[in-house]
Amino acid sequence: MINIEIDGKQIQTENGATIIEAAHQAGITIPHFCYHKKLSIAANCRMCLVQVEKAPKPLPACATPVAEGMKVFTHSEQAVTAQKGVMEFLLVNHPLDCPICDQGGECMLQDLSVGYGGGHSRYHEEKRTVLGKDLGPLVAAEEMSRCINCTRCVRFAQEIAGQMELGQAFRGEHAEIMSFVSGTVNSELSGNMIDLCPVGALTSKPFRYKARSWELSRRRSVSAHDSLGSGLAVQTKNNRVLRVLPIENEDINECWLSDKDRFAYEGLNTSERLTSPMIKKDGTWQEVEWQAALEFAANGLRHIANGAGAEQIGALATANSTLEELYLLQKLMRGIGSQNVDFRLRQSDFSADTKQQGAPWLGMSIADIGKADRFLIVGSFLRKDHPLLAARIRKAVKKGAQANIVHSVDDDLLMKVAGKAIVAPDALVETLMQISKALTAEKQGQSASGEAAAIAKSLASGKSVAVLLGNFAQQHPQAAQLQALVQQIAALSNGKFGFLGEAANSVGGYLAQATPGAKGLNASAMLSSPRKAYVLLNVEAELDCANPQQAMAALQAADLVIAMSAYKHHATEYADVLLPIAPFTETSGTFVSSEGRVQSFKGAVKPLGEARPAWKVLRVLGNLLKVEGFDQDTSEAVRDEALKGVDVTARLNNAIGGVEAKAVAATKGLQRVSDVPIYATDAVVRRSAPLQATTDAAIPQAWLHSDELKKLGVQAGAAVKVSQGQGSVRLFAAADDKLPGGVVRVAAGHAATAALGAMFGTITVERA
Amino acid sequence: MLSQQITTLIDKELKKYPADQRQSAVMAALRFVQDEKGWIAPEDMADVAAYLGMQQMAVYEVATFYHMYNLKPMGKYTLTVCTNLSCQLCGSGDTLAHLHKRLGIGLGEVTADGKYGLREGECMGACIDAPLLTVNNKQMCGRLTDEKIDQILAELDKK
Repeated sequence: MINIEIDGKQIQTENGATIIEAAHQAGITIPHFCYHKKLSIAANCRMCLVQVEKAPKPLPACATPVAEGMKVFTHSEQAVTAQKGVMEFLLVNHPLDCPICDQGGECMLQDLSVGYGGGHSRYHEEKRTVLGKDLGPLVAAEEMSRCINCTRCVRFAQEIAGQMELGQAFRGEHAEIMSFVSGTVNSELSGNMIDLCPVGALTSKPFRYKARSWELSRRRSVSAHDSLGSGLAVQTKNNRVLRVLPIENEDINECWLSDKDRFAYEGLNTSERLTSPMIKKDGTWQEVEWQAALEFAANGLRHIANGAGAEQIGALATANSTLEELYLLQKLMRGIGSQNVDFRLRQSDFSADTKQQGAPWLGMSIADIGKADRFLIVGSFLRKDHPLLAARIRKAVKKGAQANIVHSVDDDLLMKVAGKAIVAPDALVETLMQISKALTAEKQGQSASGEAAAIAKSLASGKSVAVLLGNFAQQHPQAAQLQALVQQIAALSNGKFGFLGEAANSVGGYLAQATPGAKGLNASAMLSSPRKAYVLLNVEAELDCANPQQAMAALQAADLVIAMSAYKHHATEYADVLLPIAPFTETSGTFVSSEGRVQSFKGAVKPLGEARPAWKVLRVLGNLLKVEGFDQDTSEAVRDEALKGVDVTARLNNAIGGVEAKAVAATKGLQRVSDVPIYATDAVVRRSAPLQATTDAAIPQAWLHSDELKKLGVQAGAAVKVSQGQGSVRLFAAADDKLPGGVVRVAAGHAATAALGAMFGTITVERA
Repeated sequence: MLSQQITTLIDKELKKYPADQRQSAVMAALRFVQDEKGWIAPEDMADVAAYLGMQQMAVYEVATFYHMYNLKPMGKYTLTVCTNLSCQLCGSGDTLAHLHKRLGIGLGEVTADGKYGLREGECMGACIDAPLLTVNNKQMCGRLTDEKIDQILAELDKK
């Protein structure tokens, strides 16, 4: 610690800090544009010039390290003259279009020009104009004349997103921010550039000209689209969500937000929203009153329970339902005598259920991930499934951590990868067994060669090891074995292991007990041995289930399907009653993030049309079915009941015992590898038009190694018929030479592939 | 794709720098491309980026920052005329006028036969010989008069 003085105030600060950091710590504001605490120092806007005693000229506070006894003056005559001079230069070429600029009211240049700008301009010559750029459907760069060339967007792309999609081309007066050969910005974190831009050069395309910033009300919420639990500021006007911004929390999302969280709101008010209860009468859908719909549903359930038996009723929910909804759903099912309830729709191996000691979770805090120095990431489409965790790991890797990958695809993670083993899905178990064996050998001082040994060597050299199982590993048919092996590897390397949760409530579902009891059927069993009646919560069966073919067959054959959904979708084909429920912005609720953080939120707007919060719908259903304990008045009461006596930290436990890992014989034929594309994960995201216009939402292709394509006699780009079970779809073949042999990558969760079967297993590809 | 000659030259250049800092050779690599092709197309920049393990945009930034890289075809012989102060005081305006008369092209243009291109240049650091021009950034010609320009063009015509 060293002592400095800023504006006469004595300050103790760390050696190596810059003047601006020391000043911010002490609550002294220094005007700035290009400086950002999360980005590297550029010192190119010169707005933060301050006077430093004994320095012959003003110094940039963002780039000047403090020194013992330094005396800094941020408001002295010299400093203010310098700052005003810089401001005058910045405004020379800045257009005077604040009245129509989206940034107006939340613009750093506007704010600071009040303090440091002149009342009139001395510059009467022509201003420079910079042509607008098309950066894709999310980030608007129409008015690049507004740009002050601070390069925050460039540094963000380079340093946080990992990919330099923007740069400052040309020089001096001709310098402009642009992409390479008019490319679009495709990063899954691109929206953060909008927040970072201190002026109105980069603005939100979907929000463009929708409202002025001061007209918006701000509501706190929690992200429903991934398992991180990012804090959201949902901004509304006239009972509509118009924009979503991050709420800063250093331990969760820092000051960032993934594009999925930021732009998903565009899917909230589409014409596909289900706005009134509907019943299918004689094959046609009719809008009815809530009372009629609820009675229809309750009578149907009672009829099945009394006739065929309650075990003939199954309940399926998605893991982005709230804790309250999941809790009441399972309570309702158990109240009428059925144990068949599950929220893990894409999981295929449930053998861990009886062998696992608690609710599977991240195994560490999100902040801990940033501190680990060795990673083993097993079966994860990391960048697309967990964009901000990927950014955190990327940051750790930049500081010297080593990331190791075991997976069936080799997507570019935009970070340095120390060791990787890319194998077909059926070889994942064997690969982990090899790593575990190599680790044991490594400990005894023997070293071997090969991929597994290289990974083991990397892990063995770490002080803080994090082993993470991704969505792909959790959906894998040998998920329990993978878990047991990873547990072994973590123990051998004195590290921690955990699950990168798939959805907002992947942990919350366990806490809400929305899992089948000992006699109950899990999500997979409920569909493979069809039930007579199903209750669906937020489920789009053909997109959300591990095996869409099987799910659709079971639902179409059922006598009664009650679909609680925010949208009209394919449920109209198989359901008997549709109950309109509110998405997360229209209901209060709770999400438990993958690190076990319980976060409750309130509704930001009123439910659309006749839609109602699902917890209220379930409560009324409970009353109609005369199940006890359905008299909660608020969602908070439901939450408190669900978590009563539950010690969340104690419930979180990844330990698993009694699982023997066994390598399986290599599969004959092609195996399917399926990811759920980033903008196909849940109902709201699927309907967000701007997200669907991104390159990440392109129609899935059948990706194969070019050797496999050759074997099939198919050219990349040609149409192929992809078949699984009774269904087949027509896709375009594409070559990816980083894929292992014997696999074809076909995305799940997308309408184009919904006619196919299980996410894992054999699949055939032939010329169409 | 970068030609064998270019990659050989880049490899030689790379020996001057630490192995983990391949991007240090970017300016030389772009120069080699221009020497061979006369200009640097975006595809060439992408190839250089791939070869040096750089981001494409970073190569583009370098290529657009430095004036002597041609971002479009500039003819077999690019004549770059200095228009900075010293040259201007010594008559670079007349140089440009004479070149315009002889070649029929203005700044930033190329003759129809693709032989000559005309560019505006920055100070070449040899003001004592003002006004100046360079041929393909390699050969510097000073103390220009109309007769001297005719002589330079005549020599180039012969090649």
